Amino acid sequence: MASANKTMGGAFERIGGVNALPVILMIIALPLVGSFSSWMTLTVAGLAMGMMIFLMASGLSLIFGLMDVLNFGHSAFISFGAFIAASVLAALAFWVESDSVLLNFLALFLAVSAAALFGLIAGWFFERVIIKPVYRDHLRQILITIGALIIAEQLILTIWGGAPIPVERPAILQGSIIIGDVAIEIYRIFAFLLGLAAFLALYLVLNRTRVGLLIRAGVENREMVEALGFRIDRVFIAVFMAGSALAAIGGSMWAGYQGLISATLGSELMVLVFIVVIIGGLGSIEGSLLGALLVGLLGNYVAFIFPKLSLASNMLLMLIVLLWRPWGLRPAVKH
Amino acid sequence: MSEHILRLDDVHTDIEQYHILHGVTLDVPQGGVFVLLGRNGAGKTTTLRTIMGLWRARKGAIVFDHHDITAAHTSDIARQGIAYVPENMGIFAGLTVEENMRLASANGRFDPARLRRIYDLFPAMEKFWTKPAGTLSGGQKQMLAISRAIIEPRRLILIDEPTKGLAPAIIRAMIDAFREVAKETTILLVEQNFLFASSLGSNVAVIDDGRIVHHGTMAALVEDKALQTQLLSLSLDAHQ
Ligand SMILES: Nc1ncnc2c1ncn2[C@@H]1O[C@H](COP(=O)(O)OP(=O)(O)O)[C@@H](O)[C@H]1O
Ligand SMILES: [Mg+2]
Repeated sequence: MASANKTMGGAFERIGGVNALPVILMIIALPLVGSFSSWMTLTVAGLAMGMMIFLMASGLSLIFGLMDVLNFGHSAFISFGAFIAASVLAALAFWVESDSVLLNFLALFLAVSAAALFGLIAGWFFERVIIKPVYRDHLRQILITIGALIIAEQLILTIWGGAPIPVERPAILQGSIIIGDVAIEIYRIFAFLLGLAAFLALYLVLNRTRVGLLIRAGVENREMVEALGFRIDRVFIAVFMAGSALAAIGGSMWAGYQGLISATLGSELMVLVFIVVIIGGLGSIEGSLLGALLVGLLGNYVAFIFPKLSLASNMLLMLIVLLWRPWGLRPAVKH
Repeated sequence: MSEHILRLDDVHTDIEQYHILHGVTLDVPQGGVFVLLGRNGAGKTTTLRTIMGLWRARKGAIVFDHHDITAAHTSDIARQGIAYVPENMGIFAGLTVEENMRLASANGRFDPARLRRIYDLFPAMEKFWTKPAGTLSGGQKQMLAISRAIIEPRRLILIDEPTKGLAPAIIRAMIDAFREVAKETTILLVEQNFLFASSLGSNVAVIDDGRIVHHGTMAALVEDKALQTQLLSLSLDAHQ
């Protein structure tokens, strides 16, 4: 029994360990879904959704990992990103609807950039004014960031009104690619690629630059980084700004994905974002990516196979992962 | 009159609501190894952390090389030339040995001569250079912690119980390494292992209950068996 367990563990590690979980999930889902074309559609939707949630979750994971800061206000950046992108796209409606690929992409680029810029600036303000006074005090972090979140949602209601607003996708990202009898939405491919690019960029910064080295070291032992002569608070504000910008970018992509957005979009997504951060393991972008892909794929498969379970499925996923690996799949700090 | 690199004058430190250091006064002369002895819970680690700015002194002054560092930020204290090797070694387990060392070097680059010397002192560092530091043995981690402290020229190195949990053979290697390091810098060494401490130290202070209860030369303490018995029964654990 024990040796059988051991061989299974060995085989699991050989095929890539926890990194292989999304692929394993895809393979298991195929016979359950039944039809290949449906499976393909669900898989692409799940990967796209996963990548958008990765954008929202990766920053939060680093923020918590580096400074032990619990930021419930993170979802405000997701919501604002969505609304700002929607407004930019609406203002550039002529470009958005144009047949010119260039104008299409320019409109999209400006919408996403506006969201990112907002994330950077508001992130800086949020960290200095809201977070800095409550470093090392979890209870007050929870209270003050939830307070800030309520204010942010009220601001969105004041600026954009209470009714859901429609978001137009640039012409180039509308429609699907048809391969055989499989239809793949172009927007999903784009969302997946953007998330992948963000992951690669983060990975390179963390693993190939000095500031990345400081962040990885700080996630493990903040005090020792300071004792080596570095100001961890200055590293942290950069991480906070980048994390907020990524959340806003994630929100802007989500807006185009949903097509209709309301002020509570961020808070609704936050449940998934927290699940991803927890099952991925704190402070690790590889963990966030893994968690986000699992959540995205599982959400789509379950909604198709057992629609009644779709709400519970991600909670169940979290429960199982935490029973198996209490520190998450790929925590930055080994326990 | 010898020059003092570090002076603590009536330093009081609180941890949360507890009063831990009750007026620590210490003069650490330039050069050599200064040993701070004391039983478990006497306040040795708290003293080092207070020097490093990791705890704040509520009262008193800490002067390093004529600069008052009592209220300075930990990173500024480090940049003035003080290295800290904490009791738990403070190794970044997920980083490679090289990355650990890179963080400790001022601009991320290494002085080849210094690196060579570290390799000579601790061959394991060269051998495991690209390995995650978390995979090192306890003794190798301690070597890495010390290597990190000496990859740049430092004025003062604070080391907290480096022999804790190490095998005797490794402790002997540590003695040689410390002698070598002490040629170019000052070491403030916290120890409970009197044999190790007495083979290195030129000066010694004994702390108990957050106060310095003895201050003198190591030679005098080694000579004076009566004083030893009196202080060591107080300062060293029964297991010594
Ligand atoms: N984080 C802390 N919280 C509360 N008390 C502490 C803390 N750290 C140390 N102490 C207390 O301070 C006293 C001195 O501890 P320490 O400086 O670690 O002793 P030593 O290093 O000499 O063994 C001990 O009584 C210890 O219980
Ligand atoms: Mg101690």
